[in-house]
Amino acid sequence: MIGVFGRRTRELPEAVPHGGLAAEADGVRVLRGRRAVLDGASVGVRAGEVLALVGPNGAGKSTLLAALAGDLAPAAGSVRIGGRAAGEWSAPELALRRAVLPQTAELSFPFPVAEVVRMGRAPWAGTVREAEDAAAVAEAMAATEVAGFAARPFSALSGGERARVALARVLAQRTGLLLLDEPTAALDLRHQELVLRICRERAAAGDAVVVVLHDLGLAAAYADRVGVVHGGTVAAAGPPAEVFGAELLGRVYRQPVEVFPHPRTGVPLVVPDRRTTGADIPSKHPA
Amino acid sequence: MTLLQDPPAHTGTEPVRASRRGRGALLAAGLLAALLLLALASAGIGAYRIPLGDVLASLQHRTGLGGHPLDRTAESVLWNIRLPRVVLAVLVGASLGCAGALMQGVFGNPLAEPGVIGVSSGAAVGAVGAIVLGAGFLGTWTVSAFAFAGGLVTVVLVYAMSRSGGRTEVVTLILTGIAVTAFAGALIGLFVFFADNAQISQITFWQLGSLAQATWPKVLAVLPCAVLGLAVAPLYARRLDLLALGEGPARHLGVEVERLRVALILVVALLTAAAVAVSGIVSFVGLVVPHVLRMAHGPGHRFLIPGSALGGAVVLTAGDLAARTLAAPAELPLGVLTALVGSPFFFWLLRRTRRKQGGWA
Repeated sequence: MIGVFGRRTRELPEAVPHGGLAAEADGVRVLRGRRAVLDGASVGVRAGEVLALVGPNGAGKSTLLAALAGDLAPAAGSVRIGGRAAGEWSAPELALRRAVLPQTAELSFPFPVAEVVRMGRAPWAGTVREAEDAAAVAEAMAATEVAGFAARPFSALSGGERARVALARVLAQRTGLLLLDEPTAALDLRHQELVLRICRERAAAGDAVVVVLHDLGLAAAYADRVGVVHGGTVAAAGPPAEVFGAELLGRVYRQPVEVFPHPRTGVPLVVPDRRTTGADIPSKHPA
Repeated sequence: MTLLQDPPAHTGTEPVRASRRGRGALLAAGLLAALLLLALASAGIGAYRIPLGDVLASLQHRTGLGGHPLDRTAESVLWNIRLPRVVLAVLVGASLGCAGALMQGVFGNPLAEPGVIGVSSGAAVGAVGAIVLGAGFLGTWTVSAFAFAGGLVTVVLVYAMSRSGGRTEVVTLILTGIAVTAFAGALIGLFVFFADNAQISQITFWQLGSLAQATWPKVLAVLPCAVLGLAVAPLYARRLDLLALGEGPARHLGVEVERLRVALILVVALLTAAAVAVSGIVSFVGLVVPHVLRMAHGPGHRFLIPGSALGGAVVLTAGDLAARTLAAPAELPLGVLTALVGSPFFFWLLRRTRRKQGGWA
């Protein structure tokens, strides 16, 4: 069968060995207009780990994720995916190596859910791994609990259902690098946990997972490492227990917080300190 | 949880897909049968009636499959008047239907259509310009070439002006279409001002849209554009499906979006030019046909693109037959007829889109 992208043969990606760098941003500077949205941001994600990017609104989390996806050409610094500069890959080559979940799931035409998930298999058309298509789609739909409405049009779904279908599409792509932009934003408690368990499973299977999160509790519970993005750079990165300190978080979010270990698991819990308003903490946002 | 209450029939994806494909084949076969019947009927019906048996006999005779020739008048009416017109209706209809489906896909907007967004007007400016300037350096292809150039410039212009953030909003698109159509109308008016009487009657024919002047050379003049466009269009079907996710996600799935967009705009301009060059402005075919097919068979472009070409051919063959016979012996302009039927549909579509979006904001 002729692939979607013509007869050109593409080399199938080799799996990055466990612990190897799957993607890396080094001193990345990204401009939107004249404003630097990212300036000197550095972060790497290894095969087999979940990296959570957290930080206040407008800190540059999504931009950093887009940079790691190879969507942006940085004005300075470099992005490497699978050991090669992001700009050197073609779009079809990148599609075999990383999958991206956008913040909002849109669809111009009312495709049924199963078709939307199957779109995630498009990059593999014409390769030997096309044989996995049906299995990958079924597995992704089961994992995200969307199989029950496989035949419904996407446009008829609720926001949370759409978000899960979009995630199923990304999972069906079966790439070694997963970049998820706020996958839990529209989801209820149960499905938030479900999504992060999926992230853990993918990491355990050897994939590298980067996930942008607002919920610090989720990040602390599920991520191997967190990167705190603040003012266009990565202010701190490391295991949640080391990074999540009351001083750092209070300064970054301009909201005093209390951090204490969960009595049973020891996972750090972050709770706003509601005795003060945070109005007295100066903004460090580079205007 | 609702998941558990859904009927088990919906849990498997493969049966859904198989039945869908079966329905698509059935629909395509139905359209093809309708097209054949309409074409035969159209070849026989008119001021000079030719019975169906005679039409078939003459067709067989000319293709060397038996049959027999008709008397001289019947043979001449059939082969010099009716058949070129039928073939032209099929080509123009297929081009318009296909162009509509492609354009809606590339704009990510179900209201995009060559007539609505002004591309037909742009192509008409090129064609009218060719007539008035008396250009003839490309022989019978001159008008087509000018129409192509006009259509291309317009579609690029509309595309560039109506998009923001990778999306085309309905209001922006329609308003851009109005502005472009107005400008094209002014240019045509200017050409009319400088034209002589013979040219003016030719231009009027353009603006109303008609297949009345169909001849074999005209068929040949649009054949390359139409066939090339129709042959290339289905190759983009899967990528258009992915484009429905938005530009970013399509790129993440390996689509080279910029290249796809340029290629599709060229194909749309090619198909529109093919249609406009011989028939003038026949609007709404490219809007109505893909819409009806999407309702019948879902939005997948692998069916929608060839299906819209087929459906467009059916609609225009039927439309032209109606235009010739409804007010016989006079002839209704085809473009007027399609607009009479298409505009209310467009209006309904606008209302529905607005209701769905909860306003135009």
